[in-house]
Amino acid sequence: MDFKSGSELLDLCRETGLPISEIMKRREMELSGMAEDGVEIRIGKALAIMDASAHEPLEREIHSMGGLIGGEARKLEAGSKSGLPLCGSVITKAITYAMAVLEVNASMGLIVAAPTAGSSGVLPGVLFALKEEYGWGEEILRKGLYTAGAVGYLLMRNASVSGAQAGCQAEVGSASAMAAAAAVEMAGGTPDQAMSAAVGALSNLLGLVCDPIGGLVENPCQNRNAAGAVNALINAQQALADIRQRIPFDEMAQVMLNVGRSMPFELKESALGGCALAPSVCSMASDCCSRL
Amino acid sequence: MTGISLFDVIGPNMVGPSSSHTAGAVSMALLARKIFYKEEKTKEQLMKRVDFTLYGSFAKTYKGHGTDRALLGGILGFATDDLRIRDAFSYAGKEGLEYTFTLSEEKDVHPNTADMDIAGKDGRHLFVRGISLGGGKVKIARLNQIEVDFTGEYSTLIVSQTDKQGVAAHITKCLSDCGVNIAFMRIFREEKGARAYTVVESDEKIPKTVTEGIKENPHIMDVTLL
Repeated sequence: MDFKSGSELLDLCRETGLPISEIMKRREMELSGMAEDGVEIRIGKALAIMDASAHEPLEREIHSMGGLIGGEARKLEAGSKSGLPLCGSVITKAITYAMAVLEVNASMGLIVAAPTAGSSGVLPGVLFALKEEYGWGEEILRKGLYTAGAVGYLLMRNASVSGAQAGCQAEVGSASAMAAAAAVEMAGGTPDQAMSAAVGALSNLLGLVCDPIGGLVENPCQNRNAAGAVNALINAQQALADIRQRIPFDEMAQVMLNVGRSMPFELKESALGGCALAPSVCSMASDCCSRL
Repeated sequence: MTGISLFDVIGPNMVGPSSSHTAGAVSMALLARKIFYKEEKTKEQLMKRVDFTLYGSFAKTYKGHGTDRALLGGILGFATDDLRIRDAFSYAGKEGLEYTFTLSEEKDVHPNTADMDIAGKDGRHLFVRGISLGGGKVKIARLNQIEVDFTGEYSTLIVSQTDKQGVAAHITKCLSDCGVNIAFMRIFREEKGARAYTVVESDEKIPKTVTEGIKENPHIMDVTLL
């Protein structure tokens, strides 16, 4: 049960009547030779790590290696309790957890790259915000992970998930597309709607550059994970309302890759352009590094 | 790249912050450790000292990415998701393993390259050059003086030999006698007739027994199974 493109995946869903998550699980069983139990144990472990990394920074203070970030998730949680609930509960939680995971990541904590370490906050942000808001059980979250995995696999295979190769659009953009599709399936949407949400998520972040301050996976990475999580929710909501994107998934993947190819080297993880070159942070980053 | 697993996408489970600069560094050092120790080790064969040289982006941003702890952690046998990586320096101290880190300005290498020069208590030396390719994927680009190219993702057999006629035939015969299906096989050498490495990669697990047969050839110095 293999597929090499979004259209092949949707064909498989139509032929079998199965959701994307189930197709992806069966593909993994065939590819790895593992029984269903084995795959489920591994996906359960990934989910447990995501859970811990999304919540740990709310319990205790975390210091990043580079010193550019730390404490953001706690501030958000405190703010949502005392201040204005400007974004509402789901979005506030998604932002909080997405930023929390990046705090853990930047302090050499344990995370699940999804698809990369720099974009590892997006998927947990969306999954645990929805879980807590709607009381969804682990079974539903696992489905989300399989669906996200299907979209991420296609982007890894046919486009890129590397910031050095195609900018942040390939990292946070891909993670956002994965999370959007996951949210749609978890909420009971169709495979077509899930893939449409992924397209919208990619197109909104198209052209996003990778310009880490001091070359560190801290800022603006952490903020962009929050943006990627919210972008996923926007596109899932639209897809569930049956708003369809004009561009099919496979074309959108190619578009993202092409935009990435036309980005200059300075804007692809080299820390030689974008935010990394802003005068105030240019020197700040080297101070941070020499402090360690 | 058709064989991408779900867990290449939802994964690796790793100690942050960077799949290339942290997880990749762990993986390449783990490979170096496996090549150095082979299957078993005695007290005398333990590592005494490792000298690391970092190039390009590794040299520039290693501190903020924990690349140094990651490399040392891999050398100590920690996997990419082992939180002991954070405290790799103190674990090395406990094991009495000496280490140095040197930053190189050399431009003519892949930006995410690290050299690992390993010395054993028994006087053995192994030089390994690793390259981090992104997303946690790595390859080994040099073993001692010889340029090589393998990832360690497959079951891998490394044969150290003199570049003589019939050695490759002997290796393939031993493999076929053990029913091993070769996915890739390449011979890397410095010059004709000198020392060479044959690297064999197979989809299925290469059995240990195959190494015994291969060692029988007089031109073969050493066999390592990863």
